[in-house]
Amino acid sequence: MKVSAQRLSARHPAADRGAPAALRELTLQINAGEQIAVIGASGAGKTTLLHAIACALKPSAGNLSLDGTDPWKMSRGKLQQTRGRLYLAPQVPPLPPRQRVVTSLIAGRLPAMSFLRSLRSLLYPVDITAAYEALERFDLSEKLFERVDRLSGGERQRVGLARALLSPASLWLIDEPLSALDPSRSEMAIKTLTDEARTRGVTLVATLHQVDTALKNFERIIGLQNGLLEFDLPSSAVTPELLRALYHKHPEELLGPAPGADPALDGLDARAAAPVVMHCR
Amino acid sequence: MSRLGWGLALLVICWPLLVATEFKPWTLFDAASRKSSWAFIKSFFPPVVNSEFMLLVLRETWRTVAIATAGITLGLLIAIPLTLLSTRVLSVSALSGRMATLPFVFRQILRIVLIMLRSVPELVWALIFVRVVGLGPTAGVIAIALTYGGMLGKVYAEILESGESHASASLLRNGATRMQTFFYGLLPQNAAELTSYTVYRWECAIRSSVVLGFVGAGGLGQQMDNSMKMFNGGEVATMLLVFIALVALADAISAWLRRELG
Repeated sequence: MKVSAQRLSARHPAADRGAPAALRELTLQINAGEQIAVIGASGAGKTTLLHAIACALKPSAGNLSLDGTDPWKMSRGKLQQTRGRLYLAPQVPPLPPRQRVVTSLIAGRLPAMSFLRSLRSLLYPVDITAAYEALERFDLSEKLFERVDRLSGGERQRVGLARALLSPASLWLIDEPLSALDPSRSEMAIKTLTDEARTRGVTLVATLHQVDTALKNFERIIGLQNGLLEFDLPSSAVTPELLRALYHKHPEELLGPAPGADPALDGLDARAAAPVVMHCR
Repeated sequence: MSRLGWGLALLVICWPLLVATEFKPWTLFDAASRKSSWAFIKSFFPPVVNSEFMLLVLRETWRTVAIATAGITLGLLIAIPLTLLSTRVLSVSALSGRMATLPFVFRQILRIVLIMLRSVPELVWALIFVRVVGLGPTAGVIAIALTYGGMLGKVYAEILESGESHASASLLRNGATRMQTFFYGLLPQNAAELTSYTVYRWECAIRSSVVLGFVGAGGLGQQMDNSMKMFNGGEVATMLLVFIALVALADAISAWLRRELG
């Protein structure tokens, strides 16, 4: 899928009105089949960029076009169909704790399934082979029928990534895919994602904290700082000076491990939680 | 000092309440009251336990359970669709900021319907339907269905909204439909709490179907009312004991079910 953003600004719905937008005046062209890593310190607007492209966040200014059309000018039904052609993987894998892994994986395919077929799949999973193969790519196939709450954090993250392989999307937007993985698993996970995206012709945009992994595996690197585009270069042209400038406020993030995922800050799920139910009438 | 002041203020505020409710506990213990209470309690002994009466009590007890279960089942038919239509976690437009106006108004209207259904007590519904469909269990079933439908619908929506919404929001955002999101995200996330609340409400419905019997809606309550009007203390005592046992049993079953599901 081709993506183009013209002077795109976006802000978190829960943000203060006076605060500057999390993403400002971003102009960007992504061609079909490209693989891009987005880097930058925490709070640079990486997740906001993914959300804006995923149509999860309405731009506050500027515009976005997917395959040449502006999704926000579509009817709500059409927009929801378009969302089915995008796959946004949040940093914290969105898996209900009581669900079995196989069901969680098939949930990635829902936009391509009719309602009856998805109901039938709850009784007996419709495409166990595809789920098994996706899981095998992440070296986790023995957990296919396990319950999600029996998995470790790293295993859950890999299930979340394997879900992408089942989705019918032609654009993958993956937020911090490696935040809970050890180095060797990280290497494998990122290889799997880039290889699969290449063979399927899927466009891949991933935010990464691990700068060296980004430089090694992606041909194009986008650097964000304070919501502004700092650079947009082929990975061979990204110099240590550029990186130092990009991380000059948080030099420790350039070297040290990525900060842990915070579900409260992830995504747009800051919809105020309703108060605890009073079990009275 | 301030404690004394607050105490006095509380007394001054509460005094009119006590007067309005004719709060005179000592009348419980004056000679006339003592005599009539004693006569009433004495008539409870011995409880009636002959086989014919026990069979009747057993049949009416079963009918009470049946009224509660049928009422809850019909209530679910009201509650589940209204919950699905009114809960805001399944709103597509609320994904990216505020919910659109029309869906918001629609959801609010459904909420008001649910609140209206449950704010009329089942006793009042029973009184109305006893006049419409006549004496008997049907009125009780409809009364429980209406009140509990509203109650379950409102609380279900609240449970769905107070739970973790990350999984369901992600599904919606990736293009799943509302119903797919419900079955793959919301339901697995909240199933235990929803079932536990339903079982708890079933237990409440058993208790309330006994009360409904007093206005002629069948079951154990109706028999108890008959015996009371006949001043047959022994029968009342038996039925009270059976009722206590029934509530304890329902309590145990629902506690067990909730533990298994939790």
